[in-house]
Amino acid sequence: MSKETFRNTELIQASLKKRYAREKRFQLYGQLAVLAGFAFLFILLFDIVSKGTPAFTQKYLLVDVHFSADKLGVAPGAGEEELSRANYSGVIKASLREMFPDVSSRSDKRRLYRMVSIGAEYDLRDQVLSDPGLIGQRKDVWLLAHSEAASYLKGQVSRESPEAERRVKDVQMDWLDQLRDDGRTRSAFNTLFFLEGDSREPELAGIRAALQGSFFTLLVTFLLAFPVGVFAAVYLEEFAPRNRITDLIEININNLAAVPSIVFGLLGLAVFINFFELPRSAPLVGGIVLSLMTLPTIIITSRAAIQAVSPSIREAALGVGASKLQTVFHHVLPVAMPGILTGSIIGMAQALGESAPLLMIGMVAFIMDSPASVTDPATVLPVQIFLWADSPERGFTEKTSAAIMVLMGFLILMNALAIYLRKRFETK
Amino acid sequence: MNANDSTAYGAVPEEAVGLDLNDHTAMDDYQTIGEPLVDNAKMSARDVNVFYADKHAIMDVSLDIGENQVLAMIGPSGCGKSTFLRSLNRMNDIIPICRVSGNIALDGEDIYASNQDTVLLRARVGMVFQKPNPFPKSIYENVAYGPRIHGLAHSKAEMDEIVEQSLRRASLWDEVKDVLDKPGTGLSGGQQQRLCIARAIAVSPEVILMDEPCSALDPIATARIEELIDELKERFTIAIVTHSMQQAARVSQRTAYFHLGKLIEVGDTKQIFTMPRHELTENYITGRFG
Ligand SMILES: Nc1ncnc2c1ncn2[C@@H]1O[C@H](COP(=O)(O)OP(=O)(O)OP(=O)(O)O)[C@@H](O)[C@H]1O
Ligand SMILES: [Mg+2]
Repeated sequence: MSKETFRNTELIQASLKKRYAREKRFQLYGQLAVLAGFAFLFILLFDIVSKGTPAFTQKYLLVDVHFSADKLGVAPGAGEEELSRANYSGVIKASLREMFPDVSSRSDKRRLYRMVSIGAEYDLRDQVLSDPGLIGQRKDVWLLAHSEAASYLKGQVSRESPEAERRVKDVQMDWLDQLRDDGRTRSAFNTLFFLEGDSREPELAGIRAALQGSFFTLLVTFLLAFPVGVFAAVYLEEFAPRNRITDLIEININNLAAVPSIVFGLLGLAVFINFFELPRSAPLVGGIVLSLMTLPTIIITSRAAIQAVSPSIREAALGVGASKLQTVFHHVLPVAMPGILTGSIIGMAQALGESAPLLMIGMVAFIMDSPASVTDPATVLPVQIFLWADSPERGFTEKTSAAIMVLMGFLILMNALAIYLRKRFETK
Repeated sequence: MNANDSTAYGAVPEEAVGLDLNDHTAMDDYQTIGEPLVDNAKMSARDVNVFYADKHAIMDVSLDIGENQVLAMIGPSGCGKSTFLRSLNRMNDIIPICRVSGNIALDGEDIYASNQDTVLLRARVGMVFQKPNPFPKSIYENVAYGPRIHGLAHSKAEMDEIVEQSLRRASLWDEVKDVLDKPGTGLSGGQQQRLCIARAIAVSPEVILMDEPCSALDPIATARIEELIDELKERFTIAIVTHSMQQAARVSQRTAYFHLGKLIEVGDTKQIFTMPRHELTENYITGRFG
């Protein structure tokens, strides 16, 4: 007996080594997998952040502007009406020519003018309108640089690359270098990015319209999907009889959660736009479509949250004579609410990042003005990113990454909120 | 008591009915020994059968609960005590697979009649559960909830009165009177159970069902609740399930012994504990079985 025991110990010890080695190996694979995942994530984030960060600064050129009445084409003492229609672009061009008198050829002149953004004209107009006394005077004015000039000033293009392949030509680089050496260039935080809608000019393009569009769309989504989802979950969990029909409904809800989102877009197009003739490109339709998409998520998570409520609370409520409805609304829902909210927030975060179904219902339009209501044409953040990513200009590349950063910021915020709610729920 | 205690063994009365545990045919139409019926019945069960799907959990049980009395139900785990207790206020209704047949009456009225409202029934037949289950709300709200949903108080002052009264009767008032707005879940286990008792008596039920109310409590808290049960029987009719023979002996006037879904023996608590007539009862209370 004791001999046998001894032998067993030996055998076990021999196998132990192998077992531990296997365990070690497995742990190593696991760590490698996690590492790989993090590496990809890091590369992605690094790429986006390094590309997107420059978009948050704007370059300005200090130009000695001569507000000549002649160039503006206005008579002395002109009214506001006339001043707002004056030729500010002519003034800018003339001022630039004066600063660089050597420029003579037509093509060089065009290049010179191209260093300043169109947006600068509106700045000048606003300045003149607020102070008509400027007319006839000279003044150093910071003018918004064109995105191409800005990209050189931000160091995104180098002289070494072949001239034919870049938009900023050598002459422009010379002028910009000269301006920089004279201290006539400056950087500032890009407020336009947050205050403006889309634009053909990268330096003027902003995400305001898309943000507002996303806000309206999500508002519609939330107002529809949350109450409908929660009530559906409460009904299915607490009141519906368990039979074939409810089983079928349950299976379908689970399947619905797996339907590709673009299918919901097609549905929205066919039903809401073509049949009900709701406005195209509007957050209303976008919100309805996204609510169809988020509904299964909300129903499933809400049911799970309701199921997780301890039956003893239900029994306690029923035991003092609460009706079923009272039990649910007074006791079950309040306890389940953090879980329901968590699920809803995750659903809303999915909706916020969704673009495919919105493309189908025409929310892909070029939108300069922020929508004022849910029926105005609008676009949303992910679609705006899609549009910019499609534009060849270098200026839009950085805008794309910057918009992704903003979108991710919101997603992180929403998920953090969800985690916070869950944590609070758990500690209770 | 010790299983090998010869005095306990020797105390088996001559007329004890012998029964082979494994002989199921002998159990099939078993007649309860003792006095299942009383004159002043508050609740009465007749030929009650309870099924969970195919499982026959309660078989042909007839039993009365006398008014202003404490009835203790004892028996080995899984014998159907909770099931029977829960059928007395239709708590089984919330279990979809549970079916109850037979007749259970409160003051002579069938509680399973189609026109019987479960909300009203549960207001009249309150329940205290094995595990303290206060609402995750304030202590005040825990007690006030029942009266509020039933509209028993017409003013804040009246409600305060009900809350204080109930907490006093549950002998919890002195401990919580300064922290009424604190969550009920923050109390100790024994305090929570007394809070649950206060919650149950706040709606002034006629019957209180208690399912092992002391199983989660220490001896001191248990003693307090036993005292409480003794006082409560002045106003209420009480049915209590317990695993503690001593508790049954201390608080109850009548005791019912269940075994495998059958009501084996009922009688005066004193008689059951000193002179059990059925072998199973005797084995159980002497600790040789269970
Ligand atoms: N919800 C349910 N579904 C199916 N069977 C159940 C259910 N509840 C109880 N049962 C069964 O019914 C029988 C009686 O259970 P019950 O809970 O009434 O026993 P008990 O006497 O209260 O036991 P304990 O002393 O352990 O609490 C058991 O065999 C149990 O398996
Ligand atoms: Mg039980």
